[in-house]
Amino acid sequence: MATLDLKGVKKTYPGGVAAVHGVDLEIADGELVVLVGPSGCGKSTLLRMIAGLESITEGTISIAGDVVNRKEPAERDIAMVFQNYALYPHMSVRGNLEYGLKNRGTPREDIDQRVAEAARILEITPFLDRKPRQLSGGQRQRVAMGRAIVRKPKAFLFDEPLSNLDAKLRGQMRIEIRRLQRTLGTTSVYVTHDQLEAMTLADRLVVMNAGRIEQVGKPIELYDRPASLFVAGFIGSPPMNLFEIDKLRSLPGAEALQTLPAGTGIVGVRPDTVALSQANGPSIKLTGTIELIEPVGGESHLYVRCEGINQIVTIVAQGRTGLTETSMLDFWLPQAGFHPFNIETGKRLA
Amino acid sequence: MQTKRTIFPNKLLPYLLLTPQLAITIIFFLWPAGQALKSSFEREDPFGFKTTFVWFHNYARLFSDPEYLNSVWRTAIFAVSVTAISMSVSLLLAVAVNRLLRSGKFYTTLLVWPYAVAPVVAGILWWFMFNPTIGILPYLLDQFGINWNHRINGSQAMILVVIAAAWKQISYNFLFFVAGLQSVPQSLTEAAAIDGAGPFKRFWTIVFPLLSPTTFFLMIVNINYAMFDTFGTIDATTQGGPAGATNTLVYKVYADGFLGLNIGSSSAQSVMLMLIVIALTVIQFRWVERRVQY
Ligand SMILES: Nc1ncnc2c1ncn2[C@@H]1O[C@H](COP(=O)(O)OP(=O)(O)OP(=O)(O)O)[C@@H](O)[C@H]1O
Ligand SMILES: [Mg+2]
Repeated sequence: MATLDLKGVKKTYPGGVAAVHGVDLEIADGELVVLVGPSGCGKSTLLRMIAGLESITEGTISIAGDVVNRKEPAERDIAMVFQNYALYPHMSVRGNLEYGLKNRGTPREDIDQRVAEAARILEITPFLDRKPRQLSGGQRQRVAMGRAIVRKPKAFLFDEPLSNLDAKLRGQMRIEIRRLQRTLGTTSVYVTHDQLEAMTLADRLVVMNAGRIEQVGKPIELYDRPASLFVAGFIGSPPMNLFEIDKLRSLPGAEALQTLPAGTGIVGVRPDTVALSQANGPSIKLTGTIELIEPVGGESHLYVRCEGINQIVTIVAQGRTGLTETSMLDFWLPQAGFHPFNIETGKRLA
Repeated sequence: MQTKRTIFPNKLLPYLLLTPQLAITIIFFLWPAGQALKSSFEREDPFGFKTTFVWFHNYARLFSDPEYLNSVWRTAIFAVSVTAISMSVSLLLAVAVNRLLRSGKFYTTLLVWPYAVAPVVAGILWWFMFNPTIGILPYLLDQFGINWNHRINGSQAMILVVIAAAWKQISYNFLFFVAGLQSVPQSLTEAAAIDGAGPFKRFWTIVFPLLSPTTFFLMIVNINYAMFDTFGTIDATTQGGPAGATNTLVYKVYADGFLGLNIGSSSAQSVMLMLIVIALTVIQFRWVERRVQY
């Protein structure tokens, strides 16, 4: 158990590819931090630098207060769960779990006891004597988790650990990882592509873009107050509607725009705050043709083409709407749901 | 395992396609092997006019010949040394190169060149370098107080042929080892590094076991190479001498048959050689392969 502290961390690969440009991040003891961002933004690179698998070009990484820049992976006392699990194929499940303990000279009784404990927690006791190739994907995932927890490391590092599982199993394992991490209270960094995983697992969510941190915060804070257009577009599914403010000025109810801070060039509205009936308070009225309806069970996603502003607006409507494609629809953008952004900087205003 | 089957509409076509390979096997392997088997039971008079069927006479003489038993022992030493040296050197090279390959800046092809050199040329090359009168290596060894003369010293002659034969095989082994190393996922060594294993431990507990199918395959190839394929190398370096110190089974077949003109004994020896190699291969597949699986 430990804190993790990144200060001005940069990474330039030997070929000259600059993957991470100055990341500052403090992770508290026992916290689970999730890194999200588009492909190639440097999430894995950052994680591998913490693990000691990549050298740190600039800046410092500290684990439990000790700078670990020059330490070997083994000396950092962390555990990593790889996307492909990286189980040793020629060893039994037990062998896989024991390997790290044996290398550290843990006494035999201690090893047996810890392996039994980890196997019990992860419910892999019946498979202890099997080889990894004799296990299903989900079971392998559990073994990979087991290999991380037997060592009782200072921190867990996860690099897209669930991306090879099917949707249902991914959901189960997500809950299990969360439960396990809470019970053990081990500081964790978790890299993922999956929105849902990011939102549900994270104590704090870190959105990365092109080697930089865009925003850090509680998942719901990032959802409610995205700090930039990038975060607004990245967090939330379907993504936020973005309108150029000038296109909205001539519409009925445009007075609602007056309270926005000076310099606002773009107004964002989440699909689930768009109203299908005139609500209380100021709102802008739009009209368009329904191009597509996606029923997703409890809610429906509507894609509406608005000729007036020449844009397709996404709306999340609760329940079954009774609407049909190609029909006309009136809807309102309530002032309370406006997210103001500056056009040049892409930053949120107020 | 999935097997892919092609259905030929014409029953004859598959056989037709196999014919060239079959022809080569029959002309260059089965037929000579049959001839050898036949003449191993015969005795030919010195002028080659008359052959008589002598049952196992040739074999009986062979096994009571101390020179032959000696040759078996020498061949064992030779084959084991060649295999061990060529495999360990090529593994070492492959591991070194594998690191460079991961960073993508090495010309692997350079190390394949020795393999393109004919055995005789390789033999002559080493003969030249170790030549007691004009070679460079005896001169260098002399500086360290080692008197090199493989024409007189049997052990030195053996060392020479082992080096020459092993050198020839290194590039072949190297290629397979590099390919094998490349197929070990990097995340496994990374996981092991995080699990607290140093570079040596990682190699011996993770990489080497995963390489065992390659190692096993190469072991069979190398032993067979050393026993069968080193005739050219030995002929060009020591000609089996001095005093038979490098007279391995395969060389002895040639020496007794073509130089000594004892066709019967030579045939019996080649039949024995075939049996030995078949037996070795069967043993290896039976017992070693089982431990290679993971
Ligand atoms: N070993 C390497 N050598 C050179 N460049 C690399 C290396 N590994 C990654 N990169 C580059 O660094 C950048 C960041 O890569 P990284 O793997 O960290 O992305 P990522 O955020 O994990 O992406 P993904 O979500 O696709 O896994 C990419 O542009 C990538 O091409
Ligand atoms: Mg990645």
